[in-house]
Amino acid sequence: MSASLEKGIRVLKAVIDAPIASYFNSCVHCGLCAEACLFYTETGDPKYTPIHKLEPLRRIYEQEYTLLGRLKKIVGLSKAVTDDELDQWQELVYNSCTLCGRCSAVCPVGNDIVYMVRKFREGMAASGHAPEGIKSAVNRTVTIGSPMGVKLPAVLAQMKHVEADYGIPIPLDVEDAEYMVVLSSMEIINFPEYLGAVARIMQQAGKTWTLCSTAFEATNAGIQIGNSDLARVIVSRIVEGAEKFKVKTVISPECGHAYTALRWEGANLIGRPFSFEVQHIVEVLDEFQRQGWLRTEGFETDKLTFHDPCQLVRRGGVIRQPRTLMRSVAQNFVEMPDAGYMNWCCGGGGGASAIEEGEALRLEAFKKKKTQFDAVKPDRVVTACANCRIVLEESLEHYRMDIPVIGLTELIAEHIPERNKPEGA
Amino acid sequence: MQGSLVDAFARQGVSRRSFLKYCATLASMMALPPVAGRAMAEAMAAARRPSVIWLPFQECTGCTESITRSHSPTIEGMIFDMISLDYQETLMAAAGHQAEAARLNAMQDNAGKYLLIVDGSIPLGRDGAYSCIGGRSNVEMLKEAAQGAAAVVAVGSCAAFGGIPRANPNPTGAVSVSDIVKDKPIVNIPGCPPIPVVMTGVLAHYLTFGSLPELDAKGRPKAFFGETIHDRCYRRPFYDQGKFAKTFDDEGARNGWCLFELGCKGPVTHNACATAKWNGGTSWPVESGHGCLGCSEPDFWDAGGFYKALSLPADPLGIAGAAAVAGAAVGVGIGFANRAKQGAAKSAHETTTLADLEK
Amino acid sequence: MTDLQFLTWVRGPGLDIAVGIFLLGVLWRLFEIYSLGRSKDLSAPRRTPGASGLHTVFRRSLPPPGMLKCSPVSYLGGYIFHIGLAIVVFGFAPHILLIRNLTGLSWPALPSQFVDLAAVVTMAAMTVMLADRINKPAKRFLSTFEDWFTWAATFLPVLTGWMAVQHLLLPYTAMLALHILSVEILLIVLPFTKLFHAFTLFGSRWYNGKVNGHRGVPV
Repeated sequence: MSASLEKGIRVLKAVIDAPIASYFNSCVHCGLCAEACLFYTETGDPKYTPIHKLEPLRRIYEQEYTLLGRLKKIVGLSKAVTDDELDQWQELVYNSCTLCGRCSAVCPVGNDIVYMVRKFREGMAASGHAPEGIKSAVNRTVTIGSPMGVKLPAVLAQMKHVEADYGIPIPLDVEDAEYMVVLSSMEIINFPEYLGAVARIMQQAGKTWTLCSTAFEATNAGIQIGNSDLARVIVSRIVEGAEKFKVKTVISPECGHAYTALRWEGANLIGRPFSFEVQHIVEVLDEFQRQGWLRTEGFETDKLTFHDPCQLVRRGGVIRQPRTLMRSVAQNFVEMPDAGYMNWCCGGGGGASAIEEGEALRLEAFKKKKTQFDAVKPDRVVTACANCRIVLEESLEHYRMDIPVIGLTELIAEHIPERNKPEGA
Repeated sequence: MQGSLVDAFARQGVSRRSFLKYCATLASMMALPPVAGRAMAEAMAAARRPSVIWLPFQECTGCTESITRSHSPTIEGMIFDMISLDYQETLMAAAGHQAEAARLNAMQDNAGKYLLIVDGSIPLGRDGAYSCIGGRSNVEMLKEAAQGAAAVVAVGSCAAFGGIPRANPNPTGAVSVSDIVKDKPIVNIPGCPPIPVVMTGVLAHYLTFGSLPELDAKGRPKAFFGETIHDRCYRRPFYDQGKFAKTFDDEGARNGWCLFELGCKGPVTHNACATAKWNGGTSWPVESGHGCLGCSEPDFWDAGGFYKALSLPADPLGIAGAAAVAGAAVGVGIGFANRAKQGAAKSAHETTTLADLEK
Repeated sequence: MTDLQFLTWVRGPGLDIAVGIFLLGVLWRLFEIYSLGRSKDLSAPRRTPGASGLHTVFRRSLPPPGMLKCSPVSYLGGYIFHIGLAIVVFGFAPHILLIRNLTGLSWPALPSQFVDLAAVVTMAAMTVMLADRINKPAKRFLSTFEDWFTWAATFLPVLTGWMAVQHLLLPYTAMLALHILSVEILLIVLPFTKLFHAFTLFGSRWYNGKVNGHRGVPV
């Protein structure tokens, strides 16, 4: 019960760095970031211009870290940031920003706007201005272990199901396994196919792997809310698990921000480099395929398209791999307009899908995706992020579009020949 | 010398024909309509020669030299017959008290009608003691002579604008005629020296029309000072092509390229040199290979150096180095303060717990 | 004060003051901005060709895929007026002479008719950009006094320079003096307004390229 404006500003003072200073000083108000943001393009409301979402942060930077800004504040030319203002900004910083990073990709002066939004959220969270939905997700992750309230027994039950369905044992807490697989709670509850797919793929590749009873959950709502302390608590579970079982690689599930949390933020959160590697499942599949450990047969014949999860592709650098994988199992793979590096967000990333009051706006923003789908008219959409998947499904349903959404990993697993016996196990 | 001009000319052996030709030339130079030439001739022919008093103050006699060195047609010389030059130290035969008496007589006899020509600036320092004639200061003489004058002609840049004597730090406190005389029509004919035909043209205009020609904001006859040297310069095409002489004896200089980079002040100088030329139309400074000094403009003497191009700093930058050092110092100072503030914010941070997300 | 005195002042003390404030401001602001530092990225880097700070410094000069269509005026107008400014500032003989005098560097000048044309095109592009700022909702929404002011501060030197060469409105001497004065105003305000992007743009692009290059994304 101690969030306060003062704390928020102190946190912001601590996170403002040279890149942020450089970015704010470079902005020429050209408005191109607005053209890159689906919340602006679909609503036409200029308040959704990405750089505007950072206005309070800009003023704090100016007032705290520039001589002229300090003078302006003293003579009253620059107003102090207030609680009311931050309250107003909640919608702009959380509901209408999915951290998709398109703005950072187009800014002509090179401003990494999403980098700043991520940092601004640190101050928003510390001053008590984070949305209820994300706060409860963080709460559940820290206290229960997962944002959706999933506990270990649910995972064990899921494991049993998969073992029964595929006849493959699911290893748990195995020491010295090469890979440690972590899941997103969405996959445990809504998309159990994922675990089965991973089991079959690992079996075919002959790799040792394990789940971890103390770190089965990969998602990190602490990153979404923008609180490094809580994000550290969450990510530490995985680090401890991986180090305890001495695994070589932790496989991030089909979840965009879980990948960002683990792959890019994790080491910085705990303050030291990891002793293990982190790979997204798509990267693993691509590597298996290139090494010849993963063989598929047959092709999908209906028209498939791939929705790029922002955190995996634009913010994660895994751009080519999903396409190679798609082509290996789909005859009629079509790219939607702006596919790849510049693809548009589903509208629910960065924690936005957890904000109930943001739903109407999210659905409005989905019109962008709808236009893309209308352009290629796919029979099914493939993606590699469980959050994208659920947001796409819900939004497609809202717009009465009958396009099923599937995960890339399960699509690949479906093409693993039954007769293929594991080589190593 | 009394009687009308035409008689005077006849006595001098000047034909009516050559007189008319002179008037036509003057009229065209002053951009007057062709009929003005005839009007001028008639007016001047009929005019009684007005009394002219020429006062030389803080000057170098260059202006007098210029007006007397007018070449073909030698008609400029005749001007002295068009007027009754009652006082001109350099040219008059009388000297000393005799000369001063002539001046006083002329002033008395032609009170309110005589034309006062001034060359040289007027020093005001030490009560004008820097330049005196017959024990009287220039400023005193000017005030006295201006009182009865119909109009004042300030010949040369010194009389018109203060000139070289006024150059920084202006030790004598030199000023121009217009700084002192406020209640008489004044025409400025600047130049160091002015072009002879410009001087005679203004006099002819005064004789013809009984008034001074149309003047620009700096009191100069528009007919001669309406355009810049640069606009009328025969080297202008080279400027437009970006062809510049870099030194006085390089290929560009030999090819007659633009002298802008060698400090030519043509672009900011209003004068008729490029069209009237000097020495009877022989040449003019730019044609002889030297940039314009800008001598017909006020303050040309302190305009940043004759050989410095107009786009260059007039003075060497003085504070740039110090400013850069100061800027770096300020920046480093703020940098340290910022790092301290940032560090304090970081160390004041208490690890957030779930409860800390709520207000 | 006569025109020539005015001109001599702007060429002399005026220029000295303006260049002084410019240098003071630039160094002050650069230290102020970049001394804030940043923490080291401890995550394992992914190396991808074309993904680095330096790559982004250059690549960001081109519109990302699909963006040219979205905002053609911003891109084309932006290109034309930046390139036009560069032609006018660095291609006009008197300017090169000034640069040579201040820095010792020089290069051949462009024909003055071409520079003249570039100035007209630059002003046209800037006018279109201004209209776009007024018309486009997002641009208008973002615009503050500073945006209008810096537009004028950039436009006036081009306008007065062109008018001086063309002998419009005022005598050349007065116009040239106004031209130099307007450039001095530009120099003075540059470090303290958004015009400072002329310097920080490189740092910003580099940081963005560096952070994303670490992730193997050629931004």
